[in-house]
Amino acid sequence: MLDLTPKTMTERKALRINPCKTCQPVGAMYAALGVHKCLPHSHGSQGCASYHRTYLSRHFKEPAMASTSSFTEGASVFGGGGNLKTAVRNVFDIYNPDIIAVHTTCLSETIGDDVGACIADMDIPEGKYVVHTNTPSYVGSHINGFYNMMQGFINYLTVSTGTPNGKTAIFPGFVNPGDMREIKRLAGLMKVPFILFPDTSGVMDAPMVGRFEMYPKGGTTINEIRSLGDCTEVLALGPMTNTEPAELLKKKFKVPFTLLPLPIGIEATDRFLMELSRISKADVPYELEEQRGQLVDILLDSHQYTYQKTVAIYGDPDIVTGLTSLCLEMGMVPKYVITGTPMEEFTKEVTALLERYGVTGAVVKANSDLFELHQLIKNEPVDLLLGGSYGKAIAKAENIPLVRAGFPILDRYVHSYLPLVGYTGMIRIVERITNTLMDRQDATCADEDLETVM
Amino acid sequence: MNERTRMLDHYTTRVYKNRKDHVLQIENAPSSQEIAANTRTIPGIITNRGCCYAGCKGVVVGPLKDCLVITHGPIGCGYYSWGTRRNKAVAEPGGQNYLPYCFSTDMQESDIVFGGEKKLEQAIAEAVEIFHPAAIMICSTCPIGLIGDDVEAVAKRTEEKYGIKCIAFSCEGYKGVSQSAGHHIANNGLMKHIIGTGDKRPATKHAINILGEYNIGGDGWEQARILKRIGYEIVTVFTGDGSFQTMKNAHLADLNLVMCHRSINYVAEMMKDKYGTDWLKVNFIGVEATIQSLRDIAKYFDDPELTARTEEVIRDELANIADAVAYYKSKLKGKKAGIFVGGSRSHHYQALLRDFGVETIIAGYEFAHRDDYEGRQVLPTIKEDADSKNIENLVMTPDPQLYKQRYSDEKIEELRRELPLGTYAGMIRDMKDGHVVIDDFNHFETEQIIKLMKPDIFFSGIKDKYIIQKGGTPSRQMHSYDYAGPYAGFLGAVNFARDITMAIYTNAWAFVTPPWKNHSTLIGTVGTVGGDDHA
Repeated sequence: MLDLTPKTMTERKALRINPCKTCQPVGAMYAALGVHKCLPHSHGSQGCASYHRTYLSRHFKEPAMASTSSFTEGASVFGGGGNLKTAVRNVFDIYNPDIIAVHTTCLSETIGDDVGACIADMDIPEGKYVVHTNTPSYVGSHINGFYNMMQGFINYLTVSTGTPNGKTAIFPGFVNPGDMREIKRLAGLMKVPFILFPDTSGVMDAPMVGRFEMYPKGGTTINEIRSLGDCTEVLALGPMTNTEPAELLKKKFKVPFTLLPLPIGIEATDRFLMELSRISKADVPYELEEQRGQLVDILLDSHQYTYQKTVAIYGDPDIVTGLTSLCLEMGMVPKYVITGTPMEEFTKEVTALLERYGVTGAVVKANSDLFELHQLIKNEPVDLLLGGSYGKAIAKAENIPLVRAGFPILDRYVHSYLPLVGYTGMIRIVERITNTLMDRQDATCADEDLETVM
Repeated sequence: MNERTRMLDHYTTRVYKNRKDHVLQIENAPSSQEIAANTRTIPGIITNRGCCYAGCKGVVVGPLKDCLVITHGPIGCGYYSWGTRRNKAVAEPGGQNYLPYCFSTDMQESDIVFGGEKKLEQAIAEAVEIFHPAAIMICSTCPIGLIGDDVEAVAKRTEEKYGIKCIAFSCEGYKGVSQSAGHHIANNGLMKHIIGTGDKRPATKHAINILGEYNIGGDGWEQARILKRIGYEIVTVFTGDGSFQTMKNAHLADLNLVMCHRSINYVAEMMKDKYGTDWLKVNFIGVEATIQSLRDIAKYFDDPELTARTEEVIRDELANIADAVAYYKSKLKGKKAGIFVGGSRSHHYQALLRDFGVETIIAGYEFAHRDDYEGRQVLPTIKEDADSKNIENLVMTPDPQLYKQRYSDEKIEELRRELPLGTYAGMIRDMKDGHVVIDDFNHFETEQIIKLMKPDIFFSGIKDKYIIQKGGTPSRQMHSYDYAGPYAGFLGAVNFARDITMAIYTNAWAFVTPPWKNHSTLIGTVGTVGGDDHA
């Protein structure tokens, strides 16, 4: 497996090998699926929409509905405005969403289609909406696409009526429906009235009921997005995914925001709950205190199997930062922490975390790739890999166990239903990491060393 | 109103006008009805189609295991086509296998503004330094053609500088109307730059190439197993588990077998014109179809020893799977299926389903042309349009040194009466009255036609799978085989039957409706509860 990867590392300036990121539009598509009765629309070649829908369906094992402008060579030369107008008309006629969320592609960006002007010039049926965002694939990653789409919705829909709605806007970032459900549970338990934006729970984890629902029950509603301007404040979970939309809301509607790490791990979850408590002035209920206590109990019970174990963590910036924090809390040593997304805040955030725990000698990199990670591991191995499915080739090549977390997980089931966030999420991941390391010990130890009780 | 009319009835006039020609319901089978195909998808329609890049890099070029394929463009296209298509491959002894890798120039904004050629050349330099590949393929994505990068010039300079093979494919996503344009562009590149450049002659007298077999789930290996048992020598495969090293010698084979007609017929035709190599349409999907194809190949070679060996292998293989076939037939007989795949499987799999008593009542292609539906005899009548005109059509002339026709024209004519030699009759002829055929099927039509015709199982791709399954119909992916397979040949047929049996019979179907949905929870006598009036 990956037999051609040499141990000797060379500097690469141009060749990306085995990327740890993908392009903006898929992030925009995912964000738009988190809006109720919204059909994401890809303004580009058919292949873009096809690839993005495929990627999302492979991760969530769910339909990922989206339409496309189906560019041809002619549209690419003369502009895609005509295609977009036809597309919008047909989408409302055939699929009847309440809102179409257009995102661009490298094709429509390169030819300079003015999507905003095109939308302004359209006949949009009464009560329906078309919004857009620019997601040039050659800038940033799918994470940028995700927050750009959020901004597209805010720019088109959000207003300030002058009457506060008493709600807190919570931005969960590019996480699974399972995480979104857990964030909502925590906010509910903390008695904070909130709007979660976007919210893919109930869409990308919709139940089997014997009939296909093109627009399942879930998703942030148009009215909720409109109402974001009347929110008391914003809790932006994951600064690298949410700073821009939070700043936009502040700039346009003077809604203040607090940037928090994604609540992955004890400390980040504690911080989230403290903020919720500040807002609602409610005490943290015993239910959560009990769960936190259980989690700490579990960590103390099992620490000998994770203490000082080295781990390589890869994936999206906010999730990887959260997982780094979580691993440190478990007594593990993050040795390689990488993201493919080019965001230098990432290295700052992670380095600060590592310093706080006195971990030295770790390689922390943004704009990296899995080929580089593999070479690093070839030079100095780790005990565990933590990240998405594409790491499985490294795991196999180097005989290192892999615990899947983050995006994309194309080769396992159920993961998207369960959270990484909150104490619940950490209990789940602690079980997975500990069991994985213990299974490895069982599988590789000498017969006389096989322990009945561990 | 038949099902076709009822399905189309939902459309607005505008959409109806376009779609009506892409949908037909079979009458007077074997039918010679005409269908519209290989035309633009209407913008806004949730089509299953991909793009030209997907057809070129994703389908044809990508599986070549010893080629380092660089996607030239922003990161997405390379990323999405990385390791997801299940083209299995094992490196040749001492050779390289690049399939677990993804290479991209990961273009940034400045590359779009100032041009990407320099970055591409730098990427190639780095690739050569790290991997020392024998061949590099460059596949262009949408922005490349628009910003005017001269990828062919880069390829030429690469060959001169490093003394390796380098081929540029200008397969920008917007070209053509579907993946099909990419197949053609890939075929042209392989024909121009690889086929005919080697001189390793086959060691035996029955040497073949398999064309249009991508070794999804190991399909090609099952075909190779059977063919080798009979005594054939396989020179190269286009392109599943295929390689640049073996493809160079493709022109020295005696016969081309064509599996996926859509994606590779161009190479088959061009090799016929340039080298005189005959091509035979085969289908190794299905027990009966495999047997027929094996007999057709034997008939082409007309060697009594080979024919005897063919029958011997067929007998042995049939005996080996007889019990399993009988068992699965007992589970599947009488079921009805629908199938929407790319450009040949919707036809091939009907044969396999028939083996187990399953009738295919709905079939359609994502990116086929009229000849895939109606047969190659319609080719002269297909009018070129603006989209197809943009794809280069190479005209081959006989190679002065290498052109060799195995049989006289008269003998070939004689063989053609018995064999699909250099021809293909298409899918529609195998379908019965009332069956529905849909070209460039979309989500809406898929959902509607399933509701109207109620198949017991439906085969499509990942984008459709969960829609269909949520609607209550078992669904299997026919692009990726749901990560199983092989489905080809004798052993594959059993795998397939097992997989669709489990899709239909899996226990979870029984739990879809909760018991309280069929059961009244209200207990009491009407009129006495509460006692208040509700007025």
